[in-house]
Amino acid sequence: MSFLNYLISGVSLGSIYAIIALGYTMVYGIAKMLNFAHGDVIMIGTYFAYFATTSHSLPPAIAVIAAMLCCTILGVVIEFLAYRPLRGATSLAVLITAIGVSFFLQNFALIRWGSSPKNFPSLVPFDKVSLFGGDLIISGEAITTMLACIFVMIGLSFFIKKNKLGKAMRAVSEDREAAQLMGINVNYTIAMTFAIGSALAGIAGVLLCSMYPTLSPTTGAMPGIKAFTAAVFGGIGSIPGAMLGGILLGMIEIFSRAYISTQLSDAIVFAVLIVVLLVRPTGLLGKKIREKV
Amino acid sequence: MNRGAVNSFVNYGLVLAFYLIVQILRANGDLSRAFQAQLVPICVYIIMAISLNLVVGISGELSLGHAAFMSVGAFTGVVVSTMLVDSVASTPLRLAISILVGGIAAGIAGIFIGIPVLRLHGDYLAIVTLAFGEIIKNILNTVYVGLDSTGLHYGMTSINELGMDSAGKTIINGPMGAMGIDKASTFTAAIIMVLITLFAIQNMIRSRSGRAIMAIRDNRIAAEASGLNVMKYKMMAFVTAAAFAGMAGVLYALNYSTVVPKKFDFNTSILVLVFVVLGGLGNLRGSMIATAVLIILPEMLREYQLYRMLIYSIILIVVMLITNNERAHAIKDRLVAIVEDYFKKILAPIFRRKGGAK
Repeated sequence: MSFLNYLISGVSLGSIYAIIALGYTMVYGIAKMLNFAHGDVIMIGTYFAYFATTSHSLPPAIAVIAAMLCCTILGVVIEFLAYRPLRGATSLAVLITAIGVSFFLQNFALIRWGSSPKNFPSLVPFDKVSLFGGDLIISGEAITTMLACIFVMIGLSFFIKKNKLGKAMRAVSEDREAAQLMGINVNYTIAMTFAIGSALAGIAGVLLCSMYPTLSPTTGAMPGIKAFTAAVFGGIGSIPGAMLGGILLGMIEIFSRAYISTQLSDAIVFAVLIVVLLVRPTGLLGKKIREKV
Repeated sequence: MNRGAVNSFVNYGLVLAFYLIVQILRANGDLSRAFQAQLVPICVYIIMAISLNLVVGISGELSLGHAAFMSVGAFTGVVVSTMLVDSVASTPLRLAISILVGGIAAGIAGIFIGIPVLRLHGDYLAIVTLAFGEIIKNILNTVYVGLDSTGLHYGMTSINELGMDSAGKTIINGPMGAMGIDKASTFTAAIIMVLITLFAIQNMIRSRSGRAIMAIRDNRIAAEASGLNVMKYKMMAFVTAAAFAGMAGVLYALNYSTVVPKKFDFNTSILVLVFVVLGGLGNLRGSMIATAVLIILPEMLREYQLYRMLIYSIILIVVMLITNNERAHAIKDRLVAIVEDYFKKILAPIFRRKGGAK
């Protein structure tokens, strides 16, 4: 039964990666930029949820909404102040600016809340479920995470397919100039993409810290890199790809930690990524781009 | 001399001027201890930035794992240096051998990583270099090396299982890194390494191969159609950069008594990339100046203690916005035009008088 236990913790960790990866992949698909500050937005949102529950003893649902609101505002403000002025600049310039924003958020958190890690109380109200006479234990956090992931996935797919704003997003990611000529407000669409991606980051942060309960200014950095890897793994710019990539990455990480080596689990995750990219250079579900002279 | 050669000599001159100024200030006792401690790191990061500029600026491939080559060089260099402590008495010679071996080791790592990495393009290439950086850091976290009378022992579990005799010396202790390093790096040696790096990379850029590398950067398909071996030239840039990063790593490691693998993580790679981009892609002098300024800047902000990294990040964002925003460019151009007009008006009568015959 240990295999099933590992499988479940792998899928639930992967679900968190998937939710974070959605933020990366949506922003990349539409603004063609790697938003390196995404992981740190998660961290700031989680601090808000932490203080909402501990200092103000608000109920978990309100804390999650607080985190989402904080992340959304933060995402839109960052986009407006740091990324919008660079709309026409090279992608490297935008990348370095994103790194600057990431430094800023980490150091802001360090000054405001100190470097000592906080013990994050789990915000999941459900109890664990025991199956097969206690052989298989599924924690409430794992169930919530997987449900949240499925919910986000379905909601986002519908939003992108049916909603007017979702259609605008697809149009902008397809061809920005043509979309502008069709009367789509590109700046507004990009800002909304940041808002949605960051709101998802708020959820992901709370789930992540409910499962692994330490919160410090660098909490967002490694999950951010992993989720970015997951987005590339599935094919960056593709929403089902981010989902698939995230879940596979989480499973590979947990299985290699359990069966191969704790220290080398990250190395194995990245090695699998490299092998996949060598076989399919644009990720699992990525679109193949024809090169023209 | 053509313009490229003049440019190169200006760069050598800048490095030498920096060396002389520092030596004079040091002799007068005007340099704080904190600043003196930054001298070798400044040179190390200058070498890192120049070599990364060869990959990112000249060859046009975004690499996010440059620190990995630094770590390969660093730990190889530490092992070599510790092995040679008894047999090679002269410290500079030992340093030179360590740097050479470290550079070769990092170059070999560059070959193995370059073969898969350079088959990819754009952001996918970037993420794979990041992945290799993390893999190398993780592997180095599990490496244990010790030295005793029978020779070198190495393993991947713990230092006790290497089977060394009682007089054995631990060189690399997994996540704890290398300890008890015999410090060999000096500012003079570091400056000489900067000059060697500049010499090698500047000449490479101005050679036939350098032009081929830039042609591939500008248009890969056209370059390939013109008969250039794309893989060969990309590898040439990548492996050269890796080798110099390895040498920088040796210099860095032998400047401290302990070095941990965690030092050479993603953040270090990003730091060097920031130097390169702020200095200007493909501009070696820009890389050098940006590196020196950005390492000295946090030192100068030291009196603000807590806020210095916050100020640093704000400066970074603002500089990127000013140098890359179209509107900021337009304002700058207009200002330059106004100043030029003004000077023309003042200078015009003078020049007219001088060239009066016309």
